[in-house]
Amino acid sequence: MATVGRALLILALVVALYGVAASIYGAVRGRDEWIASGRRSVYAIAALVTGAFAILEIAFLRSDFSFATVASHSSTTTPTFYKGAAAWSSQEGSLLLWLWLLSLWSSLVLFATRNQLRRVAPYATAVLLGFAAFFAALLVFKETPFELRAVAPAEGNGLNPLLRHPSMMIHPPMLYSGYTLFTIPFAFAVGALITRQVGAADWIRATRRFALGAWLFLGIGILLGARWSYAELGWGGYWAWDPVENASLLPWLTGTAFIHSIMIQEKRGMLKIWNVSLILATGVLAILGTFLVRSGILDSIHAFGASTLGIPFVTLIGVLIAASIGLVVLRRSELRSENRLDSLLSREAIFLLNNLVLVAMAFVVFWGTFWPLIAEALTGTRRALGPPWFDKYTVPLAIVLVLLSGIGPVIAWRKATASNARRNFLLPAVAALALGAVLAAMGAAERPLALAMFVCGAFVVVSVGQEFWRGVGVRRAMTGENPLAALRSLVARNRRRYGGYLVHVGMALLFVGVAASTAFNDARDVRLAPGQSVRSGDYTFTYRQATSRISTRDGELEKISFGAVVDVSRDGRHVTTMRPERGYYPSRDVTGLGPVGRFFEGEATSEIGLDAGLRRDIWTAMTPDIRRLLPTIEQGDRVFAAAAGKLPAQLEGQALGAALKGIVDKYLSDRPQATFRVISSPLVTWIWIGSIVVFLGGLIALWPGPDAARRRVSARYAARVAEDLGRA
Amino acid sequence: MPPARKRRIRLVVALSAAVLLAGALVYTSLLSSNQAVTPSDLRSAKAGASYQLTGKVVAGSVRNTSSGVDFKVRDREGPTAVPVTYSGAVPDPFREGREVIVTVRKEGATFVGERDSLVTKCPSKFTEDATQRS
Repeated sequence: MATVGRALLILALVVALYGVAASIYGAVRGRDEWIASGRRSVYAIAALVTGAFAILEIAFLRSDFSFATVASHSSTTTPTFYKGAAAWSSQEGSLLLWLWLLSLWSSLVLFATRNQLRRVAPYATAVLLGFAAFFAALLVFKETPFELRAVAPAEGNGLNPLLRHPSMMIHPPMLYSGYTLFTIPFAFAVGALITRQVGAADWIRATRRFALGAWLFLGIGILLGARWSYAELGWGGYWAWDPVENASLLPWLTGTAFIHSIMIQEKRGMLKIWNVSLILATGVLAILGTFLVRSGILDSIHAFGASTLGIPFVTLIGVLIAASIGLVVLRRSELRSENRLDSLLSREAIFLLNNLVLVAMAFVVFWGTFWPLIAEALTGTRRALGPPWFDKYTVPLAIVLVLLSGIGPVIAWRKATASNARRNFLLPAVAALALGAVLAAMGAAERPLALAMFVCGAFVVVSVGQEFWRGVGVRRAMTGENPLAALRSLVARNRRRYGGYLVHVGMALLFVGVAASTAFNDARDVRLAPGQSVRSGDYTFTYRQATSRISTRDGELEKISFGAVVDVSRDGRHVTTMRPERGYYPSRDVTGLGPVGRFFEGEATSEIGLDAGLRRDIWTAMTPDIRRLLPTIEQGDRVFAAAAGKLPAQLEGQALGAALKGIVDKYLSDRPQATFRVISSPLVTWIWIGSIVVFLGGLIALWPGPDAARRRVSARYAARVAEDLGRA
Repeated sequence: MPPARKRRIRLVVALSAAVLLAGALVYTSLLSSNQAVTPSDLRSAKAGASYQLTGKVVAGSVRNTSSGVDFKVRDREGPTAVPVTYSGAVPDPFREGREVIVTVRKEGATFVGERDSLVTKCPSKFTEDATQRS
């Protein structure tokens, strides 16, 4: 099967190269049959890579250790659910996933636009096929997932226990979907620039749904990563400003700017040069994000090990940047704005400001991420920046961004009048300031930046809520529908607009959660013996007793866990009981390890204790002190080493099981100390609630609209809506 | 005011803001960043200065202490190692032989790790063979 998989990838590479040539030849010569052939190449690649990906997945599910990548990243004891996900835990598997998603999304967009953009599409096809050829070449010549081992081992290394989390199934595909989807508007922008078809109707309308999809998938991927990180001890809370995390944030920030600024081009024919520059930058940053995790050029938690992909990726990124700049400069005359900004108090101006803030954030994140390389070039010394530096810039920018997300949707196009501003902003401003005053009186003034975020978040929620209220009111007046039906039809008739509003509310909730949990969290690291307590925030954590257990899977020992029962109380009243623990997986590499010791020398994972609530989260993790067990473990190693080969295998296994049981029992009887991290943190749950709201809003905005006939509204209805909303 | 002049003023204001931001970025970056070093580089470390240390945890060097963990970090390629004292919980992937990044400050003969600064590379991407681990 490996040979078939490799052959499919070679075929995909050949078809991609042919497709690039066919598309360009067809476009230059005006030969429709060649253009269609180029498009069909994309479909063919999707089929070929689907076949290759299926072969790899089957190998993982069957634990076929003749595949080198399966032997390195899976095992028979890896749960089936995670065997499928183990495919993309490797360098080569993740590259194949990237190519597969690229081929699927490319096929979808080219099928959807098969009768549109006849001049732009062939060049876009060539660009997409160029990306496909690049990744197929990497998989054929550099990092093949179909390498075979001369002798298949009886057992594989297994998926690292830390990765046995449901997010492993969704987080990477979401991120890669985001990255690959961003290549689609990138490719169409290149096509538009080459053919000088740079109007909104030419490429933006055809690809904006894909841009929105990219933004949504990448955002979900980032948030799933944050949630995963939150559930794993030592992965830096939910955000650590790690280079690889930052690399995924960069295209998301510029992509966010893009999906806002294209509205101005659609409505007013402005910001054409800005829009193409933004999407070209976003496309390059998506490739950069893919590259950074595999390069090793920056020190990151998430970076792959040694890699040979640096030169190909740097070459690709260099070509993309040079081509992007060259195309924008060459087409600058076609990219002139059709209109000018009429007033700084207008939706266009607010969107522009929002874009500047987002790009400034992206620049700050880029600068901080690449500062080690910049510093080395400037001073000859490699230097690194920590989270406080990132916070210093991004927090104020985020506050401005949230405020703008409350102003932008309701301010008038072209020029806002005083009455328009009063009508739209008076209530949200008063409500937000009143909330701010109450929170300040309650002590939030100690953290002014967090307080500012709360005020801005409240402004957004009230501002958007007011828009929904008015819209529903107008519909009810027009149709007599009940409030729920009126809300449903209001959203259904303008999904993009009201989906966008929901996204703004979700982002405001998310940022409020981030501000509160960052500014007001209380984290303690402490060593406790059973019966001892520690205080964090308003809560007292008492280490009541130690726990231990042996887990088995399919008759084999899976892990040994040492944990704690922790009682949490507030003002003397019991709040919850948590059971954090640390699981020790046996080492697969037995070199130099004793038969007993190897069960404590493998990977270790923490299962956190979490009591989440709308007001606060209580979080704890523990590291057991197993030093007292070491003499017993060493003694066991000596005994079993001396008995090696003298006992029947079954008897030796039973004896080993009894020895491990004895060690586990000894841990309990020792009343062991343990190191705890306890955290009480307010409003963390609102980060995840905000994320869900963003997701729902994004889905609504993405969902195909009703039939054109249903969307048509009467002139009278439109006039009344406009009048009621004060935008006439 | 003529529109052309208005646009020029806006451009100057925007460019000035960009230059100011860039200046602030460079200044604070130089001021706030720690020198990224390997254990070999720390032979000339100054007492009290902070460094971002990268290297591998030496086999057999990890000792649990009452407040955290003591261990030694060596060069990726080479035997030079420095002792590190770290307080608090360590990341799950932390193990002997693993590559770590930790912000340290020299205190006497040892290097004290800054709280929450210890990171261990994600094992998902650790593709080297077991036999290559030190």
